[in-house]
Amino acid sequence: MSAPDLSNAAPPAVAALADVGNRAAPRKGRRLRAFVRNPTFVAGVAILGFFVLLALFAGVLCPGDPQDIVGAPVLWPGEDAEFPLGTDSLGRDVLGRLVYGARASLLVGISAAAIGLAIGMVVGSLAGFFGGWIDGLLTRLIELFQTTPTFLLVVVIVAIREPSLQTIALAIGLASWPTVARLVRAQFRSLRESDFVMAARSLGYSRTRIIVQEILPNALPPVIVAASVMIANAILTEAGLSFLNMRDPNVVSWGGMIGDGRDQLRTAWFLTALPGVAIAFAVLSLNLVGDGLNEILNPRSDQ
Amino acid sequence: MPLLSVRDLHTRYAVGRQVLRAVDGVSFDVAGGETVGLVGESGCGKSTLGKTILRLVPSAEGAIVLDGADITRLRDGALAPHRRRMQMIFQDPFGSLNPRQTIRTVLDTALRVHRLGDRGERARRMSEIVARVGLPADSLDRYPHEFSGGQRQRIGIARALVLNPALIVCDEPVSALDVSIQAQILNLLVDLKRDLGLSYLFISHDLSVVRYFADRVLVMYLGRIVESASHATLWRDPRHPYTRALLAAVPSTDPARKRGAPPIKGELNTTDLPAGCRFSGRCPMAVERCRAEEPALRPVGEGHHAACHFA
Repeated sequence: MSAPDLSNAAPPAVAALADVGNRAAPRKGRRLRAFVRNPTFVAGVAILGFFVLLALFAGVLCPGDPQDIVGAPVLWPGEDAEFPLGTDSLGRDVLGRLVYGARASLLVGISAAAIGLAIGMVVGSLAGFFGGWIDGLLTRLIELFQTTPTFLLVVVIVAIREPSLQTIALAIGLASWPTVARLVRAQFRSLRESDFVMAARSLGYSRTRIIVQEILPNALPPVIVAASVMIANAILTEAGLSFLNMRDPNVVSWGGMIGDGRDQLRTAWFLTALPGVAIAFAVLSLNLVGDGLNEILNPRSDQ
Repeated sequence: MPLLSVRDLHTRYAVGRQVLRAVDGVSFDVAGGETVGLVGESGCGKSTLGKTILRLVPSAEGAIVLDGADITRLRDGALAPHRRRMQMIFQDPFGSLNPRQTIRTVLDTALRVHRLGDRGERARRMSEIVARVGLPADSLDRYPHEFSGGQRQRIGIARALVLNPALIVCDEPVSALDVSIQAQILNLLVDLKRDLGLSYLFISHDLSVVRYFADRVLVMYLGRIVESASHATLWRDPRHPYTRALLAAVPSTDPARKRGAPPIKGELNTTDLPAGCRFSGRCPMAVERCRAEEPALRPVGEGHHAACHFA
């Protein structure tokens, strides 16, 4: 790139050409429109929102304990108006159990993802920011966890402790953090060399401030995308555990319903199919949200 | 006492198994109020030198003395007060600003980190600095992406100025900008220097920009300074064949003037340095002695140094 021969140029005359910025639309408005216009994202949010509402208002929608025996066993959907989705082998309301199951599944999914995100972000940012032997040590740790099959690890942790909802969430969180850690580490490695981080260092900012205030906000978009998929995976893992009877006996969950319905698979398939459909839609919605977020937050599609 | 004094500075990077000597024994001074131009082609180590001086990349050997204090090995905490005295303006007006911070956050954080002033004083300082670099008054609460390239570079300058430094390292501050904007930014830098008594270390590969700007010019080749002179002397009487080649490559505004010395060929090989003079492989004047014996930077005139056996 060549510059004008400035020794001859009359500076004030050139300066009259003001660099009028082509002002872009405010960021927030543009983001919001991008969200609304993305059909994948809207579909995902709609389905997910439905499940969230079910979980929040379970007590209002279906008053009474979902564990109570309220009717005749194995009523088919539509057979009795009082139980629109029928009853299970013990005569418990399937609709009520599905609604309360949304609560358990989302709770486990979100808390497991939160635990995984917290650990992954701390490990990933430390490894990516400091590099050197810290990175070497933490990367080995990440690899150690990644080479262990996730589900097996969860089963072992839950088997050691009581199979309560908290233990299950903790176990899934402990098994799922390496993905986040790798993602955050890669982001930090590239961002720590960026000019705005150099500028922050030359301004004398502390390392903590640079990590938290300068790098982390810019490292988040792929992590947010990963988070929605993590919730989905946690829901699936919880369903798998419940199916294997490693579940909190006092809590209704979709996986547990499938496990209970297993014995009646040939005679009353709806007992397994209905919670199965619920899991499928919940996981699908979270993946759609993840895909939509990926498209929206991707810097290349930002302009 | 010079404002900045650099003595035998070395910066090395590991590239695979090889060692890249990006800065390889550089010494120079910058006096208060002086603008020193640093020129050289891409990859010669000029940006690394700038970042090493600012303690943004670690140095391997040598000394960086700012205001008489050796800052070469100071730890973060002890370095912080010295950071205020020297700042940097970056090449890329897009990558050098955090996209998630408003201009107010950028400037206010710097002031708060250095505990400069209460809330009112900081607000006053920020509006003053925004006006000084020629940004509209309502810029403070906007994000970098709402500005054009030239305006972003003004934000970068505001950030560099907010702590009231004595020395600013300008790393190719205009080479990413449109030609019409380049002149505006250079004029702004000249005005700021005059009004605030700043010193600049002005890094550029563009000799016409340096010529307009610098009091003294350092020519860098493969991590070493090969010639240093006042800008008038350098243009009138370049001694190093590399400097001559660089000057010959500057396009002239006079169509009658033909290009002089043949432009040099090849590219920089930064990891595999030749024995003897580093420039010998590309030098049109190279003889046997050049390939065996490395020339030292020696005085060749009043305030004029060159590292060539024939200078």
